[in-house]
Amino acid sequence: MATDFIGKPSKRVDGLKKVTGQARYAGEFEVPELTHGVVINSSIARGKIKSIDSSKALQLEGVLQVFTHENRPKLAWFDKSYSDMDSPPGSPFRPLYNEKVQFNMQPIALVVAETPELAQYAATQVKVEYETEPHETNFDSQLKSAYVPEEFNSTPPPEPWGESEEQFKKAAIQLKEEYFHPSQHHNPMEMHASTVHWEGDGRITVYDKIQGALNSQKYLMGVFGLAKEEVRVLSPFVGGAFGSGLRPQYQLFMATMAALELKRSVRVMLSRTQMFSFGHRPKTLQRFSIGASAEGKLQSIIHETYAETSKFEDFQEDVVIWPAVLYKCDNVKLSHQLVGLDEYTPLDVRAPGGTTGIFALECAMDEVAYKAGLDPLEFRKKNYSEMDQTKKVPFSSKELMECYRQGAEKFGWQNRKQEPRSMREGHQLVGWGMAQGAWEANQKPANAKAILSVDGKLKVSSATADIGTGTYTIMTQIAADTLGLPLEDVSFKLGDSSLPEAPLEGGSATASSVGSAVKAVCQKIQEQLLELVKKQGNTDFAGKEVEELDFKDGQMSLKDQPATAVSITELMAQNKEDQLQAEISAEPAKEEQKKWGRYSHSATFVEVKVDEELGTIKVTRVVSAIAGGRILNPKTARSQILGGVVWGIGMAMEEYSVMDNQYGRFINHNLAEYHVPVNADVQEIDVIFVEEKDDVVNPIGAKGLGEIGIVSVAPAIANAVFHATGKRVRALPITLDKTM
Amino acid sequence: MRSFSYTRAQDVKKAVSEVSSHEDAKFIAGGTNLLDLMKYDIMKPRHLVDITRLEMKSIEETEGGGLRLDALVSNADTAYHPLVEERYPLLSHAILAGATAQLRNKATDGGNLLQRTRCYYFYDTTTLCNKREPGTGCSAITGYNRNHAILGHSQHCIATHPSDMAVALAALEATIQVSGPEGERSIPIADFHRLPGDKPEKDTNLAENEIVTAIELPKKGFARHYTYLKNRDRASFAFALVSVAAALELDGDTIQEARIALGGVAHKPWRKPEAEALLQGKEVSREHFQQVADAYLEGAEGFQYNEFKIELARRSIVRALMQAAKTDQ
Repeated sequence: MATDFIGKPSKRVDGLKKVTGQARYAGEFEVPELTHGVVINSSIARGKIKSIDSSKALQLEGVLQVFTHENRPKLAWFDKSYSDMDSPPGSPFRPLYNEKVQFNMQPIALVVAETPELAQYAATQVKVEYETEPHETNFDSQLKSAYVPEEFNSTPPPEPWGESEEQFKKAAIQLKEEYFHPSQHHNPMEMHASTVHWEGDGRITVYDKIQGALNSQKYLMGVFGLAKEEVRVLSPFVGGAFGSGLRPQYQLFMATMAALELKRSVRVMLSRTQMFSFGHRPKTLQRFSIGASAEGKLQSIIHETYAETSKFEDFQEDVVIWPAVLYKCDNVKLSHQLVGLDEYTPLDVRAPGGTTGIFALECAMDEVAYKAGLDPLEFRKKNYSEMDQTKKVPFSSKELMECYRQGAEKFGWQNRKQEPRSMREGHQLVGWGMAQGAWEANQKPANAKAILSVDGKLKVSSATADIGTGTYTIMTQIAADTLGLPLEDVSFKLGDSSLPEAPLEGGSATASSVGSAVKAVCQKIQEQLLELVKKQGNTDFAGKEVEELDFKDGQMSLKDQPATAVSITELMAQNKEDQLQAEISAEPAKEEQKKWGRYSHSATFVEVKVDEELGTIKVTRVVSAIAGGRILNPKTARSQILGGVVWGIGMAMEEYSVMDNQYGRFINHNLAEYHVPVNADVQEIDVIFVEEKDDVVNPIGAKGLGEIGIVSVAPAIANAVFHATGKRVRALPITLDKTM
Repeated sequence: MRSFSYTRAQDVKKAVSEVSSHEDAKFIAGGTNLLDLMKYDIMKPRHLVDITRLEMKSIEETEGGGLRLDALVSNADTAYHPLVEERYPLLSHAILAGATAQLRNKATDGGNLLQRTRCYYFYDTTTLCNKREPGTGCSAITGYNRNHAILGHSQHCIATHPSDMAVALAALEATIQVSGPEGERSIPIADFHRLPGDKPEKDTNLAENEIVTAIELPKKGFARHYTYLKNRDRASFAFALVSVAAALELDGDTIQEARIALGGVAHKPWRKPEAEALLQGKEVSREHFQQVADAYLEGAEGFQYNEFKIELARRSIVRALMQAAKTDQ
């Protein structure tokens, strides 16, 4: 039995549950006497509800209530009560608050009935009349009223440095272009749902789709004035989220309101159409002015971003920091402005801001490379940055050069011809493109609890989430590895608001934050075991610290002295300890971390084949080289990157939430018309993890992989399309009409 | 979804009488489109007549040397049937270019012809749509019209027919056998689907309560020189932006007969026999194919988001014909 699990390709510990249907999702929990709610959404984007006639619906036997702004219970008044752990600055949307309609598909009523079919039918019988006001959803025409938000909750654009305007004017090579990508929705497989179990004594247990059970709990406490003991939120499995579950969504509000009012258990599930009624990746227009010397040395970068937001919240992402993270340049000016529209507030979507900003940045840099007559990879090496210019600090680790080297070698980049349209196969133009990317390696405070029983079973818990990323598996691995126990003796619990506090599952910070807490709590158990062995008078361990010990195969011993090994369970039995328990709070070493720029990095190499006449594009090969610190589990890690690459293909070529400005409504709100990649779109993908050691980012040295896999894919595809066709497509998605 | 009543028909006659005797009744077979439309509250039948038990599930050779596909044969069984693969490979290819394996297993040949448009506005009941609610207006003309028509549209509707199978059937000049209260009749595929005109709510020329019983393929299958070319926004499970069913009969390099049908461009599979005739007796050449492509797209009119389809259709016709001329299966 070997118990060193970190860095080993372990299967998912929850895999069997998932493939056998034992894993329950928010809309699947069975509770007695459950009722069902269906949400009615507005069909206008702005105005007032003149009247809602629910009489026909209420006449149907089995319909319990139709909740509207007119008959809803008394709700909290202050914005603060509605804000959640991921709220941007502004005034959070309040469902059923009053007659005002602020965006199309706004939830305006909830029909509750004994069966879901009846609730659905009854919803068609509710008649709503509106007083329509003109709406503004046209991003292009509202650009003129773009503004700088008063408050930044993302990283504010760093203050300009150098003389970017002057240097741009003087530069031998000048690029001035704009790049655009449309709104995109998360579209996880599982649609949002909440099942609220009315416990009968005023308490509720809520099964919610959320990337942090504590966020839903906090929200419900604020909105409905509940005490912490009165609401417990569970979210053991999440069928994909990609950011859509960061903020509590309106089905949670609706189901809870109805349960509290009716004193019944209520489930509300959103439909696929309704998945287009809340947050999305905001469209951005990004303007670049880049100056470089004739030899291709960067002299000036000006990056301006215009991003959509709602009229009630100032949603922001880190779009413009990336030039300062990825390139060395002495004259830089970055700005981020918002365009307020009559729509729901955008929401973080996988690598928020990074995907967006790096797409535009890496396309622009490819253009500069061509202007300088440089191979795109050579250009990036030439302008390689050894410093995080956003804070003027060095990097804690940055093995990007190694990503370039290994990625290029695997891809065969040296055989590339620089000239666009120079490679072809029959009527297909072949293009090779590359791009680089980065993502923040953050650690947040997190708590964890561990209980080791005398039978050798270890239970570890933290109120984090597993949105399909492998949290259950890697936390189990970290705990088993730290205490030297077999994987099957270790269980990890998450997705429960009663567990020790953890941050929202987002920003690629879970492995780092919760993983550090899990390691630390298991180290506490190590200390307790050491105390026990010392108490026994075992002289081998006298005066030793845990750092000097090995925990493996169910035993503890002095490092490199196997003869001193003591069985952990025997030790506990001898000391009559039924269980050892520890709970800790793992705080990042902020002062040390502040001195460093902490990022994961990527280099993506892509081959596309474009039909010269018909414009159809195939992404035939992708090599993704990742520097992501320590890789805890190469198997789940590879899956993360594969998923990121597939998302990148979708972003580059397919994903597009179409805003119909006639109605102010996203119009392709189903998976037949909102395209994500199918198997046939995904061909060869190679994932490379380069060695990277980093003691600064967190105690386990992992940087998080949820987001680094996507950021440089879309620009690499766009650059490959240029290399194939000689056409620069600066607006996503790159569809055949733009290349034919 | 609304409540509906449901009966199971035992034979065609009873099916027709069942559907005639109920108000707002529809036949249901594979249900791959109708159930979606009911869930979206777009179609609201109050009664469904299940025809899946009817004896219309075989593929037989006809006396005239053609092939008869019963209406309830699944799309998958049709595409993989040895006689279809051998004699009408164009049809096999077109079917397999559509939907997904799961859908093709469930969907029937009759139902395939009757599937409804994928216009975004038709699918969203909060918007105006003449096809869904006659007389309310067309949101697509001034809205997002990427998957809309460039040929044969009207001021009332610019929707397209989404079938791939029907495009091959149009090129092969199939006839559709139908049965109704007035008895049986056959409708040439060219007359089966309609252009929208001022009645876009009507997709086909089926009379009220008529049922499709079979599709008859004539003897000529163009099994040597054919292509089904489908351009779409992703590699699978997407409707055609422009598709071309091309079939040639060649004598050496001389074209004896050419058939071209376009999909994704109109309210029905688009044929233009007078343009096809330009190729008769001509040598196989890109120039000749370009001429016929130009003739096909004469009068085409695009909208804000689908203007590109005109040139795409032109190029696709040329490519499809080039491929068809080259292939010698």
